[in-house]
Amino acid sequence: MIKVKFPTVFVQVTKERRVEVDGAGSIGELLDTLFEKYPGLKEKLIKDGELTPFINIFVNGEDIRHLNGVETELKDGDEVAFIPAISGG
Amino acid sequence: MKVEALKCRICGKEFPPEALYTCDNCFGPLEVKYNWDWIHDHASKEKIVKGPNSLWRYRDFLPVSGEPVDLGAGFTRFIRATNLGEKLGLKNLFLIDDSVNPTYSFKDRVVSVAVTKAKEFGMQAVGCASTGNLAGSLSAHAAKANLPAYIFMPRGVEKGKIIQALVHGAKVIEVDGTYDDANRVATEVAEEHPDWGFVNINLRPYYAEGSKTLAYEAAERLGWNLPDQVVVPMASGALLCAIYRGFRDLERVGFVEERDVVFNGTQPRGLPISRAVKYGGGIEPVKKMDTLVHSLAIGNPADGIFAKDIIEKTGGFAEDPADEDTIEAVKLLAKTEGIFTELAGGVTVAGLKRLVDDGRIDRSDVVVVYLTGNGLKTGEAVLDHLDDTIKIKPRLEEFEEVVA
Repeated sequence: MIKVKFPTVFVQVTKERRVEVDGAGSIGELLDTLFEKYPGLKEKLIKDGELTPFINIFVNGEDIRHLNGVETELKDGDEVAFIPAISGG
Repeated sequence: MKVEALKCRICGKEFPPEALYTCDNCFGPLEVKYNWDWIHDHASKEKIVKGPNSLWRYRDFLPVSGEPVDLGAGFTRFIRATNLGEKLGLKNLFLIDDSVNPTYSFKDRVVSVAVTKAKEFGMQAVGCASTGNLAGSLSAHAAKANLPAYIFMPRGVEKGKIIQALVHGAKVIEVDGTYDDANRVATEVAEEHPDWGFVNINLRPYYAEGSKTLAYEAAERLGWNLPDQVVVPMASGALLCAIYRGFRDLERVGFVEERDVVFNGTQPRGLPISRAVKYGGGIEPVKKMDTLVHSLAIGNPADGIFAKDIIEKTGGFAEDPADEDTIEAVKLLAKTEGIFTELAGGVTVAGLKRLVDDGRIDRSDVVVVYLTGNGLKTGEAVLDHLDDTIKIKPRLEEFEEVVA
């Protein structure tokens, strides 16, 4: 089971902020499952075939861009968080 | 009303002016959309000149309606740097010295605006992720506003900056990781506590507006003229974007004549925005940041693409001095102009030097350089690069022998 956290701005589409997803072996597979479950999410998250730079995806606190991007493998118990890209401090 | 809406910087969708920061259509960041008729009717140079001598002299351009939470930030020293100019070969070099703000960095400008908004929205607490300067500024303004403050900092920030945050009573949470880790945790906390105002997260559209006053001040003090070039330190890139917007605002209301100001950015070696501008490619996040300049060490700069775009479309450039050059530049500025800036200022002066040496800035150009923080905050980093003290016994003869 993968634990998934969404930001508030997803709620319009996902209706909830925390879900559990079964059987996703990678970020790519997880995204496919989420896109199927939540119509409309894909159009917002994918721009010109790439993930939007305005949402960062973390696996257990690590940015997937520092791992293997959408190929990043997932295992049971992993936590995936979608977080708006914000910084400046 | 002065503020019409919040507007997505990517798709243009509009939202009510509340504590929102992300577009629900494309997840892009939001910015403030003003009613320019209102500003036209209310703002005037005469009103500005009457004061106060703080950023609130530009209140008609700032997205607040209530009484400001004000420690006196802004309208800092504007210096004609003849000595440094002579060293570098520039005839018209000007410095804005934000090391003399109430908490000794430019962050007082953005925080004063953001905490004012937190009060307006009736928020119960304020917070931020910080590399240090924002921490001190937020904790001081929160104290003034009677609000609790939660500050998330990465490990390894200079002691002085932690002391400054703690002394005002903020809760300082030291996150075992980089700034980007601290920022991620802070964003998650902000999502869980919508009635807390995280100044650089859910209040970010308003917060960023405070930096526009660095553009207004440069123009006002140049006799309502825009400079030829600016040199701006970059962490997230938000400051450079805000200064760009500030100049456009003044053109829009007719306070200055239009001019194509060239925007140059500086970052410590290896960071994403300078790297993308200098060597091509997109803004690629950096995980490990090997620099002493903690205040600019953001590996995942949220405004990076916008800052890069401004630099490129205005014909500017980005420089990326190594830490040794940065420390030398801190000393050069201190020895020529009597200003002790923090390392970020060293990055800026070192970047300026390189831009001049490479012929990107002309000898006669009017150049405004932004110094964003105070040297005492990062004193430990330069200590090893200074002459040692001269030690003598308390006797005149010894002074004469050893020193004279």
